[in-house]
Amino acid sequence: MIEFENVAYSYGGGELLSDISLKLSPGSFHFLTGPSGSGKTTFLKLCYGALLPTSGQVRLFDRDVRSFTRDDMAMTRRRVGVVHQDCQFLDHLTLADNVALSLTVSGRDHFDEMANLSELLNWVGLKSRANALPAELSGGERQRAALARAIIMSPDVILADEPTGNVDWEMSQRLLTLLVELNKMGKTILIASHDLALIRSAKSQVQARVLRISNRRLQLAGADL
Amino acid sequence: MKIKRIQLTTTVRNFILGDAQADRVVPPTGFTAQLTMFSAAAMGFLAVFTLAMSLASGRLADRWGAELARSSTLRISAPPDQLPAQTTAALRLLETTPGVASARALSEDEHRALLAPWFGPDVPVDTLPIPQLIEIIETSAGYDSAGLRLRLSAEVPGAVLDDHTRWRRPLVRAATRLRTLGWVSILLIATVTGAMITLAAHAALAANAQVIAVLRLVGARDAYIANAFVRRFTLRAGIGAFIGTAVGMLALLILPSAQADGGFLTGLGFQGAHWLWPLIIPPIAALVAFFSTRAAARKTLRNLV
Ligand SMILES: Nc1ncnc2c1ncn2[C@@H]1O[C@H](COP(=O)(O)OP(=O)(O)O)[C@@H](O)[C@H]1O
Ligand SMILES: [Mg+2]
Repeated sequence: MIEFENVAYSYGGGELLSDISLKLSPGSFHFLTGPSGSGKTTFLKLCYGALLPTSGQVRLFDRDVRSFTRDDMAMTRRRVGVVHQDCQFLDHLTLADNVALSLTVSGRDHFDEMANLSELLNWVGLKSRANALPAELSGGERQRAALARAIIMSPDVILADEPTGNVDWEMSQRLLTLLVELNKMGKTILIASHDLALIRSAKSQVQARVLRISNRRLQLAGADL
Repeated sequence: MKIKRIQLTTTVRNFILGDAQADRVVPPTGFTAQLTMFSAAAMGFLAVFTLAMSLASGRLADRWGAELARSSTLRISAPPDQLPAQTTAALRLLETTPGVASARALSEDEHRALLAPWFGPDVPVDTLPIPQLIEIIETSAGYDSAGLRLRLSAEVPGAVLDDHTRWRRPLVRAATRLRTLGWVSILLIATVTGAMITLAAHAALAANAQVIAVLRLVGARDAYIANAFVRRFTLRAGIGAFIGTAVGMLALLILPSAQADGGFLTGLGFQGAHWLWPLIIPPIAALVAFFSTRAAARKTLRNLV
């Protein structure tokens, strides 16, 4: 699904990530942790092709990302659901329209899909907020809307960057439950988070592996988490 | 082939009708859009007048040119007994004159037809002392009229050369040049429209860099994003040019109509089927907008990471 082979990345200065090899198998649940600035967001961007490795190879769906055309890249974005750190909504569209954006841009905003949309909004508990503008949403509502948008195309993989970044404990548990549910439906999940309490609580609900970026390298965290 | 045509029609229809959702993903570009529409309207208005000017000078050049090409006339007045001899002499002389394509003495019937408006149909042409007319058709280069007059006065004393239409030759040249200038102006108007819309499109794209980034994140293809802008600007330019053209045509319609002795100014409007010409202005403006916005969008999207 997503494979890294001796991947290194640098933004131009020194290497931020070095010698990373990894294979996310279908249906797996991973956490990615590490201190702020260690490169978690960068790693996720490498995972969905927003960045190309400076050396090594990243393969998405068995193809080297370097061989992707711009259209290939757009198609890949539809198969990988991404919950961005800062959500990234279009401010002039309602929550429902923002959630449906992937459908809209792929020309699939037909009636039956729209029925799914209201089901989906219901699932994340935002049905009553469907017509609110992004500026009117709370942090937790934004995060849930971002998650809904990431999964509306029923992607095989869901990448979430600090999905519980600015929400309270209760809301972070709610989001986690949604992600665990998605994993039970067979989706591959990768969550970048420095919230260790969240990770601990997740490990009691699902078989999750924890990866840690430390000294530019990726390690499998031990049982201490 | 048929399938291809159906696809093309669908594409064109989708492009024009758009789909409401797709149009909304790019926020309204208010000021830029209004400016585009207004400029397209102004350009449409100018294009109508330039077109009218071009067509009018074309008409003038054609009419005057045709009169020029037609002929000049040689009139021979002589006592009846000398008339045939002088006519023969004049024809022989004209035959050897460079720049004269042909020369022909008018028959009695033709004389009668010419006089009929004044003296009625039953003029006894053969008994009246009327002059003999010779019709001269020039080559495109024309003849040297001063030289011809000189030779005529020596060999055909009764001949008078009437080449009243020749003075129009420089006017025809001017009118033809004016027509060319008109077309050049139309081309310039189209170019300026294109440049203006390119600038407006660039501004709109730059203002929406964040929107474009989000659309990319959710899997929008470049063509989709570009289309959202292209459709917007094409429609705006088309509608604007349509309004400008309509106003321009209306203004020409209420211009005083051409008199029979019509000077240039009173003949400035469109005539007959020429009224159809300005109708191509809005589609052309739309086409110009389509291609300039598409180029701008492709360039911007390629440069945005
Ligand atoms: N576009 C960029 N250009 C240059 N440096 C960047 C860019 N994005 C991130 N960085 C740097 O890379 C490092 C890792 O950033 P990031 O991947 O966001 O870390 P994390 O998500 O773990 O906090 C930071 O030091 C950050 O300043
Ligand atoms: Mg980050």
